[in-house]
Parts: sequence; structure tokens; C-alpha cells
Amino acid sequence: MSAALIELAGIERVFYLGDSEVHALRHLELRIDSGEYVAIMGPSGSGKSTLLNLLGLLDHPNTGTYHLEGRDVTTLSGNEQARVRSERIGFVFQSFHLVPRLTAAENIALPMTLAGIAPDERNRRVAHALKDYGLADRAGHRPDQLSGGQRQRVAIARATIMQPAMILADEPTGNLDRHTGEEVMRLLEELNARGVTLIVVTHDTTLGARAHRQLLMEDGELKHDSATPCAPVT
Amino acid sequence: MRTRDLIGFARRAATGNPLRTCLLILAMAIGVAAVVVLTALGDGARRYVIGEFSSLGTNLVIILPGRSQTGGFNPGNAITSTPRDLTIDDAQALLRGSAVHRVVPLAVGTSEISYGGKLREVMVAGTNAAYLEVRRLALAQGRFLADGDWRRGASEAVIGATIRDELFGVEPALGQLVRVGDRRFRVVGVMATSGQGLGMNTDELVIVPVSLAQAMFNSNTLFRIMVEAGSREAIELAKAQAIDIIKLRHEGEEDVTAITQDAVLATFDKLLGTLTLAVAGIAAISLAVAGILVMNVMLVSVTQRTAEIGLLKALGATGATIRNAFLTEAAMLSLAGALLGYLLGQGGAALIRQLYPTFPAYPPDWAVLAGLGTALLTGVLFGVQPARRAARLDPVLSLAKH
Ligand SMILES: Nc1ncnc2c1ncn2[C@@H]1O[C@H](COP(=O)(O)OP(=O)(O)OP(=O)(O)O)[C@@H](O)[C@H]1O
Ligand SMILES: [Mg+2]
Repeated sequence: MSAALIELAGIERVFYLGDSEVHALRHLELRIDSGEYVAIMGPSGSGKSTLLNLLGLLDHPNTGTYHLEGRDVTTLSGNEQARVRSERIGFVFQSFHLVPRLTAAENIALPMTLAGIAPDERNRRVAHALKDYGLADRAGHRPDQLSGGQRQRVAIARATIMQPAMILADEPTGNLDRHTGEEVMRLLEELNARGVTLIVVTHDTTLGARAHRQLLMEDGELKHDSATPCAPVT
Repeated sequence: MRTRDLIGFARRAATGNPLRTCLLILAMAIGVAAVVVLTALGDGARRYVIGEFSSLGTNLVIILPGRSQTGGFNPGNAITSTPRDLTIDDAQALLRGSAVHRVVPLAVGTSEISYGGKLREVMVAGTNAAYLEVRRLALAQGRFLADGDWRRGASEAVIGATIRDELFGVEPALGQLVRVGDRRFRVVGVMATSGQGLGMNTDELVIVPVSLAQAMFNSNTLFRIMVEAGSREAIELAKAQAIDIIKLRHEGEEDVTAITQDAVLATFDKLLGTLTLAVAGIAAISLAVAGILVMNVMLVSVTQRTAEIGLLKALGATGATIRNAFLTEAAMLSLAGALLGYLLGQGGAALIRQLYPTFPAYPPDWAVLAGLGTALLTGVLFGVQPARRAARLDPVLSLAKH
């Protein structure tokens, strides 16, 4: 059995809205190994995005621990967490989140720019990525000059440019038509085939079925995990 | 993040919203331009006055009748009641002072001048031969009053350029006889056009020997006595000697006021220097306003760009990187504004010099540096708060907004 990439224990995430409390995540126990392909599914408001944000160190649990590659990352300082995000995690969002004033090439290079990587090395890697994702002739285009599929390909190139250990994708095909969505998923799956852990949040059951493992969220709880044969019964 | 990338990123962010950026730069530029132009005006006024005073002659001590309590220059001195008049003998006695180089008595009054049926009112100055050199004046034609006994004097007159034009037109003036008051004078010289300036304008002046002027006005008092010291260093000594000599002649009473050109200059210098400073202060307020504007616009910009900030954090940016990016942007906007304002200000000052060639409207170096410095400082200081707010943004919340 391969090493545990992610280990969540006793995770609780509560949002306070005035007087009311929203339990976005409840007593969550989860282990994801390196190289897995996991789909997180469930109804709207069930806590899928909250879980993904937590895994990406964009959010903190109220209680519980999160070990990433054996290291307890919940106690890291802000700067250390930023470093983990920079080096180990790639994000792909439903609405692409490209910087509108930067070109495709500059958007792809952004994580390297932020990390202080030298321009030569950046250019080399960006040129490579542009070719890999079929964007070679779009390098100088700004996001508003690209189609949805091209934008998401830029976003994926950006997510992988730092060679992260895992890709977290929150409904990456949500804003794309079926065909383009398929194409994007194929790209992500190719990455997974090369060993990158892939965690995808999706509403689409057929897309979710393509993953090697399905997690079903409901009301902040993990209702079903296809990796454990006997799912907890309600 | 590398510095070059940081600057590039900030530049792209600034140019990404050209209207906002232009307005900010303009606000900053107006502040700096105001400092530059206003101090150019203030300092120009100071230089102008000092220049004009210097052209009256240097190393001068002016003796006025009457005692003024305060030292230094006071325009009221000229009209204080006179306990004891200054006379030609007083003036002549001043020549005994070792530090005294030349003495010029001055009696002033108005009279009428006529020639060939033309008549006009004129200012008459009674003085001596030294007047020309002490006042650094130039002649256009002829000669000045002859040197000789101050109490006698020949019936000769030197007339100003305007008087010459009005009375003689194209005719030669030299050697002609004119009537001033009830006396006849021979015109021996014509003053060069003096242009505008402080003090007495010689263009409309008739200069005659002091004794004749006194006779004309039927008095034996002097308006003032100008004492020229041998050198700049001797001014104070000449002043002390002059006061001592007059005191001795006035039964031990010190009933005159001696003012030195230096004191007058120092007073004006201080006065106009303070004015320039005050004006610079007022202009600096517009810079502070520009700074507050920068802060508000940057705060709005942080709010508008929350999604981007969240994204940058997701991509591994630290709080410090984000703070620096916003600070760099604020600094760049301020710098651009300050430079533009500097150019506008210098342009404005140059325009003023073009329109008023005699007015030395140059902004002082300190004001230019202070203006640029304040602009940069306010821009950066007021940029700190928005930058910190951006750095503290919760990435999830900022990503959720778009
Ligand atoms: N910042 C927040 N403040 C308050 N409540 C929040 C916040 N973020 C999420 N929640 C609440 O937490 C619960 C889980 O939200 P989450 O976004 O994880 O749902 P989701 O499964 O991703 O839904 P969807 O499929 O619609 O994206 C919801 O009830 C939501 O209202
Ligand atoms: Mg969601």
C-alpha cells in the first residue's frame, strides 16, 4: 500500500452566521493515498467545497488534524502554508480564475513568478506547458480572447506548472459544455496517470464514476466512501 | 517574488485600470505642481525684491530724521515727527567718519517744470555729485551735477528720460534753460531710462544741487542722508560713526535713525522666506489630500480585486508578497504623479518667467525636494493600510467573491 498523502482526523468546520451555526463539515475521517483519483460528490451545500478548501490549506478546521505527506499542516504558520500551497498543491476552479490583464503565458507562469523562479526557467517551463496543452498559438492572448475550454486548459497548465503532488479541482467542468468538459477531464486524468493525486468535486455522476474512488458528502458528513466496502449506515 | 516581477506586476495592475490610474496620478501631480509653482512665486518675489534693493546701491547706510524704537526697517520711520532736522552741515560732518566713503544729502519736493510753453509737475531731488555713483545710476546724455560746495551749487539740472521726451521731444535738451519753480536751470544731463524698479524712479525726476532745492522749497532740512561705507565690512562701523557724529551735533541726543541696506534686505528676506514657506505648506495640504485619495482608491481596488488576491494566495503567494505588490503599486502611482507634477510645476514656473521676464520665478531646490518627497511618502504611507488589508484577506472568502 502506498504512503498516505492526506490524513484527516476528527475534522469539524463550523461557520457562524449571526446566531446560527452551519456545520459545513462534521467529524470527518479521511485518508487519501498518493496517486489516487478521487471524486467528491453530493448535493449542493453538503460541504464539498469546504472540504476541498481545507485540503488546499485555504481554510482551517475548527477542530481536528490534517496531515499532508506525514506533516501536520494545521499548525503551520501562514507563510509555511503558502509555501506548501506553492510547491505541493495545484488548484483548478469552476470559473477558471485567470488574471484578466495577464496573457495566457503569464497566467501559467504566475505561480513560478510568485515563487521567485528565474525568468529563463519560467519561460522554458511555460513554453513546454503551452505545447502540452495545445495553447502554443495562444500564448500572448488574454483570457477574454480565449474560449472556455482554452481558459480551463490555461488554468490546468498553471495548476501543474510547479509540479505539485496533488491537484484540487472544484467543478472544473461546471462552466463548460459536455464535449469541452470531457476534454478537460481527460487532461486531468492524464496527469493522474503520471502519478499526481487528483481530487475532483463534481455534480456530474458520469464524470464522478470515472474516478477510481467516490466520496459522497451529505450535510457535512462523509456518507459514502467507495474505498470502504461497508459504508456507514444511516 | 523577484523585485522586477513585483514591479512588472504592479505596473500591469496600475495600467489595467487606466482611468483610476490617470486620476490618481493627476491628483498627485496637481499637488506637486502646486508646491513647485507657488514656491517659485514666493521665492521669486523674495529674489525680485532683494535684486531691486541691491540695485539701489550697496554698502549704504541711510540716515533718517527721527528716532525709531525698534531696530531694523519700518516704513513708519519715514513719517515719524522729527525732533531735530537733518541739515547739509550734518551731512557734510559725516564725511569725517573714517569708515565713511561718500555722503549724499537728499532734499525732495514737488514743483513745476516748464520749457517752451510746456508745463508739468515734477519731483525735484536736491542732491550732490556723488548721488549718481552711490545710487548706481547711468546717464544717457551730458554730465551729472558738478562737484563743489554743497551749500552753493550752480543752476544746473539733470532731467529724467520721460521729462526730456515730454518737454523737448526730438529737440536737443542739453544746454537748454528750463524753469523749475521760480528758478531757471540749465539742463546739463539726461538720465538713462531706469525701467520699473523700487525706490525713486528717475525717469520723472529733476535733479538739482541740494542747496538750490532747499531754497526752492524754502527750507533747510534734508529728507535723508545716504552714507556709503568703504566696504561691506565697514557698513556697521560707518553706521555707528554716523550716529555718533550726528548725536554730537544734536547736543548729545540720538534723534536720527540709521538703517542699513543689509537690515532692510534681511527683513524682506525673512518676510518673503516665511511667505514662501507658508505657501509651500498650503500646497503641501493638497498633497496630503492626494495621499488620502490614493488610500481610498487603493482600498477600493483591494475590494475590487479580492478574487485576484484570493487566487494569488491559492497559488502560493504569502501575505508579504501581496502587501508588497500593493505597496509597489501605490509607490509607482505616487512616483509617476510626483514626476508629472514636477514637470508641470517647472513648466508653469517657466511660463511665468516667460510672461514676466523680470520676475525670477524659480522654485527653490528645497521646495522641489520636499514636494517630491512628500508625494512619495504620502503615497506609500497611505498605501500601507490597503496593502495590509489585502494581505490579511481570507483566501476562501476572497475566492468565493467574483
Ligand atoms: N464562508 C462561509 N460562511 C458561512 N457559511 C458558509 C461559508 N462557506 C460555506 N458555508 C456553508 O457551509 C455549507 C457547505 O458549503 P460548501 O460551499 O462546502 O457546499 P458545496 O457542497 O460546495 O455546495 P455546492 O455544490 O453548491 O458548491 C453550506 O451550508 C454553506 O452555506
Ligand atoms: Mg461548492
